[in-house]
Formats: sequence, structure tokens, C-alpha cells
Amino acid sequence: MLAFTIRRLLLAVPTLVVIGLVVFLLLDMAPGDPLADQPLTIPPEVREEMRRALGLDQPSWVRFGLWLYQFFVVEPQVAVDHLFGTSFSEGKARVISWQFKQPVMDIIAQRLPQTLWVVGSAYVVGVLIAIPIGIVSAVRQYSVLDQIGTFVSMVGFSVPTFFTGVLLIVVFSVNLGWFPSIYDTQLQVTDWGSFLQQLRQMALPVFVLALFNAAQISRYMRASMLDNLSQDYVRTARAKGMDERTVVLRHVLRNSMIPVVTVIALGVPSVFGGAIITEQVFKVNGLGQLLITAINANDLPMVQTLTFIFAVLIVLFNLIADVLYGVLDPRIRYD
Amino acid sequence: MRLKAALLATASLALAGQALAQATTRGEDGHLDILFWQAVSVLNPYLSGGTKDIEATALVLEPLARYDENANLLPWLAEEIPSLENGGVAEDLTAITWRLKEGIVWADGTPLTAEDVVFTWRYCTAEGMGCAQEGKFEGISNVEAVDERTVRITFAAPTPFPWVAFVGGQSPIIQAAQFADCLGAAAAQCTEANTKPIGTGPFRVTEFLPNDVVSYEANPEFRDPAKPAFATVTLKGGGDAAAAARAVLETGEFDYGWNLLLAPDVLASMEAAGNGQVVSAFGTNVERIEVNLTDPSPDLPEGERSTLAHPHPFLSIPEVREALSLAIDRQTLVEVGYGETGRPTCNLVPAPEIYKSDDAECATGYDPERAMQLLEQAGFTDADGDGVRENAEGVRLSMLYQTSTNPVRQDFQALIKEWWEEIGFEVELRNIDAAVYFGGDPASPDTIEKFYADVEMYANTFEGTDPTSYLAAYTCDKIPSPENNWQGQNMNRVCDPAYEELLAQFQATADQEERSRLAKALNAYLTIENDIIIGLVDRGRVSAHANSLGGVKLNTWDAELWNVADWHRLDN
Repeated sequence: MLAFTIRRLLLAVPTLVVIGLVVFLLLDMAPGDPLADQPLTIPPEVREEMRRALGLDQPSWVRFGLWLYQFFVVEPQVAVDHLFGTSFSEGKARVISWQFKQPVMDIIAQRLPQTLWVVGSAYVVGVLIAIPIGIVSAVRQYSVLDQIGTFVSMVGFSVPTFFTGVLLIVVFSVNLGWFPSIYDTQLQVTDWGSFLQQLRQMALPVFVLALFNAAQISRYMRASMLDNLSQDYVRTARAKGMDERTVVLRHVLRNSMIPVVTVIALGVPSVFGGAIITEQVFKVNGLGQLLITAINANDLPMVQTLTFIFAVLIVLFNLIADVLYGVLDPRIRYD
Repeated sequence: MRLKAALLATASLALAGQALAQATTRGEDGHLDILFWQAVSVLNPYLSGGTKDIEATALVLEPLARYDENANLLPWLAEEIPSLENGGVAEDLTAITWRLKEGIVWADGTPLTAEDVVFTWRYCTAEGMGCAQEGKFEGISNVEAVDERTVRITFAAPTPFPWVAFVGGQSPIIQAAQFADCLGAAAAQCTEANTKPIGTGPFRVTEFLPNDVVSYEANPEFRDPAKPAFATVTLKGGGDAAAAARAVLETGEFDYGWNLLLAPDVLASMEAAGNGQVVSAFGTNVERIEVNLTDPSPDLPEGERSTLAHPHPFLSIPEVREALSLAIDRQTLVEVGYGETGRPTCNLVPAPEIYKSDDAECATGYDPERAMQLLEQAGFTDADGDGVRENAEGVRLSMLYQTSTNPVRQDFQALIKEWWEEIGFEVELRNIDAAVYFGGDPASPDTIEKFYADVEMYANTFEGTDPTSYLAAYTCDKIPSPENNWQGQNMNRVCDPAYEELLAQFQATADQEERSRLAKALNAYLTIENDIIIGLVDRGRVSAHANSLGGVKLNTWDAELWNVADWHRLDN
């Protein structure tokens, strides 16, 4: 297993470099200009000078090389300095966002907590809802409960979040006034009151996203349970006189969880990626919103760094899912 | 007698009450909520020319002088406005001397000195900086500190309008101590300085989340101990203009909403909720159609399209351009797109009053009959009966009309296309994403500079009150072309020695009356006389504030938040 992991990690390096290059070239060749939002009153010579200051006069390969160096050498040094108070990175240029004139990593660090809070808890809530629904739907197949579960997950699948989000705002914050429609990004949780307020403002976006996540995972859960329920070992267990509860929860559930756990692991990078639309709708200043505004502003270093980090996470969690599969299921061996 | 005493007593009470109302104490009005639908990204106007960024810094950083809402220069950090009369401007117009007010300190308690002003100039003009406001310092050969409080700016050549550098929200004074290590290419690396600038203004930054929110608190070192009236300010960004207007006018969640260009009836219905009011003012922003005097035909080889080598087959004929202008009903355009916040104009320089040509006849002179006559005169008739005129050489009046993607502009395009087609043109419409259209990327065929179309529409303005550099854009050497990598502001490709001679006179004249005359002549050459630039709408600025917010004076000549120190809460 260790050899497999190491081999996969080594293989990931060229994959990621190619991904980085493809992202860079796509962004570089796409139309648009980082100075487009600057007023027309700025004379063209000054514009040219500003473009030079962004490094746009350099050929593409120089800019890509510089980004690689800054991302893989300077930024880790900054992180080390930050943790241990050393000064490796002193005087070295970091990856700077064009629209903010600030290090890209600082902004990501600033935005990450909101995304983890909102999108992360939506994922956890989604999983916690999905698993029981999946179990019940499979055990009582075609019952009323199964029909309801299927209906809810179909709704979660097919109704887009920009619709459910706005619908919930209209019902719960405009008409009923229970929850705020705009996420207060400066709220500090210091006492019981502000904690409740945090819960209230998280309620709507978490609900929207949890519905979406639960829809997917509950279908996997149901299918996997159904697969296992018709297996021979289930009949054996029942023949031995075990009660249905033990059969389902101890034998079937554990075996059914194997593929579902990997599906859940594969979904984790999407948590870090934020939920672009939901964050826009509820004005959560998370990573998804950061990415979309960076794309609009043609802030190439920001878009490049964010998409690359997502790529790293996806590759990493793919590996974790594979390893987890081997750990959970002794029948699967990679060596 | 008793009556008189009573009257006197009442009068003195009233006076005392008035005095009390004015003598506010700092921070007594609590919190101010401002909403910008474009979020703030950088708190440094030298790194970003974006209006939102300049507005957000105006609470913190201050210039030597500002324009008030009537376009008059006001001394701000300076004691007075230097002029020829008071000796602040040198007789030969090559130097200007500013004197700082006494006793001004930065928010960290250190004194503001002439060295800070000198440093600001060095900061913006440093090699490799890419300073967004470098244009403000054009023509300056040196800035030096004469003493602690006196700064002398020397120009390379006589400068009749020297009140540009360090004037207005675009070029405020930054603290030398804070930015000392941020010169040149290092500018973007100074995160602390770019996110929490130390200023002399009424507020200081407490927290800044880029593209989201800026929090301020009253600056304890501010020179007027009674100001600002607000203790804290939150400037929230994001969303869209309609949501921002709703938050101020309908729900009352915010006290001030910036730049609310919405359909007139939408704003009126929101205002009816009674929470706030809409304020508007006019500046120099003109929505116009630019005519291409060169041939953009795709049949020409790349590198020759839209260059002086090929004059436009029909738009180089004055009668045709005049016909285009006459066929536009500007009043209808205003009603459709702007309502109260727009007015018809033909001018390129619609304000200030001293530079404004009389364009009333043109602005209201919708006359398609006359337009068709002019086309007949120029030899364009619809001989083959297909609805499109052509001349004896077979030149058809067929045009491509481009602009940026924007609902109001697409409405304008549709209307104008209809009007032009009525008088015998054939018009093809095109809209381009604003990021590309205004992006100036020399590799893109769709920029306003490349102008691969016959006419194009956008809005432009000039900063401050002086149109010199605005009018100076229309010279031969500022034509975008392959030679200069398509950089230049002379989109129309105007190249006329007569214009340049007039311009040279204007640039060399200091006498105000003569300057007005020349500016008007230059404006008229480009617009009413030759219809090279077809002005459409003089666009006002619109914002809204809560009824409980006092002291707002909407200013189109400087930052909108220029007098935020005077804003206060009204009692009911």
C-alpha cells in the first residue's frame, strides 16, 4: 500500500504541472484585460506602464516560470516563516493579485474560514441526512418513505441552487423575516448571542447546499444498500436467525459504506472550491465568490493559483479515496 | 417692555439652540453605513484608478486642494490656493508653491511635512511602479521641500493650469514613513501600507477585507476636534445598483448608496417608500458616438485597417457625418435611458460653465428631412431602391456600429439604428464585452482603440475642471496605429494641422477669457462644426442617502465622499 501511495504521489507531480500549464495558457489566451476596469481618463502611456508593472510585457514562458517559482518556492517559505518566525522569504516577491495588490495567499487565507464554515457544514449536514435516507429507502424499497426520499433527492438534483436560494430568501427572509438574506462577513462569534446570529445567517445557505449534497449521496447510499441486500451473505445471516436490525446495520451497512465513503471523499475538494452560485446569492465572501470576481477582473495570478489549488486537492482526494477503498475492503489490494 | 424682554429671551434661546446644533462633538452620531455596489479592492489610488477605490481612500487620505460641488478649488491641506496674484504661481508659469496648513498631523501623531508631499511625487513617478495617476504629474521636472511646510513644484515648460498634481481625490498625499520601502516595483508588495494607509483625513481604516468591506473609525488626530460626527463607518461592497438603491431607499439598511444609475421610474418608485432621497449632479461625463475617419474594411490587409493610409469611403465626407447627427433624437434617448439624470448634449466638454459651448440648437435639433437633403447634396441616392443610399462610385452607406454590452447602450443602438435606416443607411449592430472593449489589449480586434467599425459608442469624462489634456488627445501623434501598438486616445483618427495650431495656443495661454474662447473653439471643431464626435447625453451622477443623513453635497468634480467629515445625523 505504501509503495502504491508513493508511486501515485510521484505520478501526481507531472499531472499537476501539466494542469498548471494548461490553466495558465487558457487564461493567457482568453480575451480580456486586467486594466479594463480602470477609467478611460488614464492616458495610454500610463496604462502601458501599469501593464509593465504587472509583468505583462514578459513572454508567456517567463511569466509561467515566475509563477511556478513563487508558488512552489517563495510561498512555502512564507508559510514556514509565519509558523516558526524565521525569515527565509525576506525580500522575495510573492504571488500578487492584480486586482488587490496583495499576496494571493493572504486573501485565500482570509476567505477560507467562511467557505469552510458554510460549505463545509453544508457538506456534513448533507451526509448526515443522506445516509439514513439511503438506508431507509433501500430497506423499505418502494414504500412511502422511499418514494418521499426519491422525490426529495430528485428535487435536490434538478432544481438549481440559484433558484432554491432565491426562493428561500423570498419566503424566509423577506416574507417571514426569520433569517437574514445577506451574510454579515464581519460577525465575530464572541458570546452566545453572536453564535446564535451566526447560526441564523448560516441557516439558509447551508440548507440550500445540504439539500443538493444529500440528494447525490442518498442515491449512492440507496443503490449500494440494494446491491448488498441481495447478496448471499445477507441470506446466510438471516438464516442463522439474526434479527433484521443486526443484519442491516452491522452487515449490510458496513459493506455498503465502502463505495459511499469514497464518493464522500471525492466530494471534499468541492467544499474548498466553495459553492460559487450559493456564495453569490447569499453574499458569503468565500472562495467561490473570490474565484468568480477574479475571473471577471481578469486577475490571472488569483485565478491561476485558486484553480491550481483546487486541482491539487482533487488529485489528493482521489488518492485518499483509493487508499481508503483498500483499507476498508480487504479484498482490494494494489500491490 | 415685558413683551420685548420675552422676545429677547426667546431670540437668545433660539440662537443658543442653533449654536448647540452646530457644535457637535466627534463621534457623537454613532455609526454610518455606506453601500457601494462595486466593492473596494485596493486602498491606494496610485495603484488603482478605479472610482470605487478612490472614493474609499478619500475618507483617509487627503490632497492639498479639492474641488467643491460647484467646481471651485478649495484649499484642503494647503493654506490657500496658489495663484499669480498671491505669488504662489511663478510669473513665467513654470513653478507653483504650496504652503501646508499649520499643525496638521498624521493619524499616528507624527506631523505632516513638505517631505511627505515630495515623497508622494517620487512614489508615483518611480521606475517600474506603474502608477495609475502618473498623468497627474506629467510635465513636472522637480518637486522640492523649501522648508517644513512649503513645497515647490517646477515644470519643464510653462504650464497655464498648474493645479493638477496633489489636487483632488486621485492624487492625495501619502505618508513618507509608511511607504518608504514601497518605491518602484516593490509598491505592490507593501500589503500593510496598501490596506491600512495612514492618512490625515477624518477617518482611519480598522479592517479591510478586499472586494467585501472596509471599516473605519474616527481619526483621533483629525485637525477639527469637533469632526467627524460619526464614530465609525462601514463601507460595504458588492451586489448590483438595484439592490443598493433598495437597501437605502426602501429598507433603510444603509445610509448612503453610491452610483445608482437605474431607470428613472424605478428610482422614483423606491423613493416613494419615504426612507431616503435620490441626489444627482452633472459633471463632464458624455455618452457619445465616435466616427471613424479611416476605413475599417476587413478587405484591407491587417495593419492597414483603420489607419490613416485609407480614409473612410463616406464618413470622411462632412455632410454624411452631419446627417448622422441630425437624424438622432437626443431627447428621446435621454427619456429612454436616463430621465432626470441625463440631458441632451452635442458637446464634448459639457461643463464647467466657462468652457461650455452653446449646443442648444444641435441638442434639440432632430431633423431627418434636413439629414436626407444633406445626403442628396453629397451625391448619395437610393438608385436601386433597396432602401440604402449609394453614390455614383457605388459606395453604399453601410455601417458597423459597435459598443459595449450594457442594457442602456443596446437600447440606444436599436433606436439609433432605426433612425439612421430611415434616412438611408444600412446599420449592423455589435456589442462587445466591456472587459475586452475597454481592455486595450493590442492583440484583440475588438478594442475601442483598434476601432474595427465605422462608428462606436461609449462615455468618457475628464478629471477635475480643466479640459486641456482631454482636448489634447485629438492630434496626429495620438492616433492608435500598428506603429504605436494601438495606444492612443484619438479614436477618430483626427489629423488636422489647423486643430493642432489652435490647441498649441490653448496650451500656452494663461488668460482665463482667452482659454475659454479657445476651448470652445476646439470643442466646436470636433463636435458641432465637423460632427467627428457626435455627443448624445450628458450623464449625471446619481446617489441616494437616508433622510436622516445630513451634510451630503454630491460632487462630480472630486470624490463623492469628499466632505464626509461634515456628514452628520439629523434629528428625525
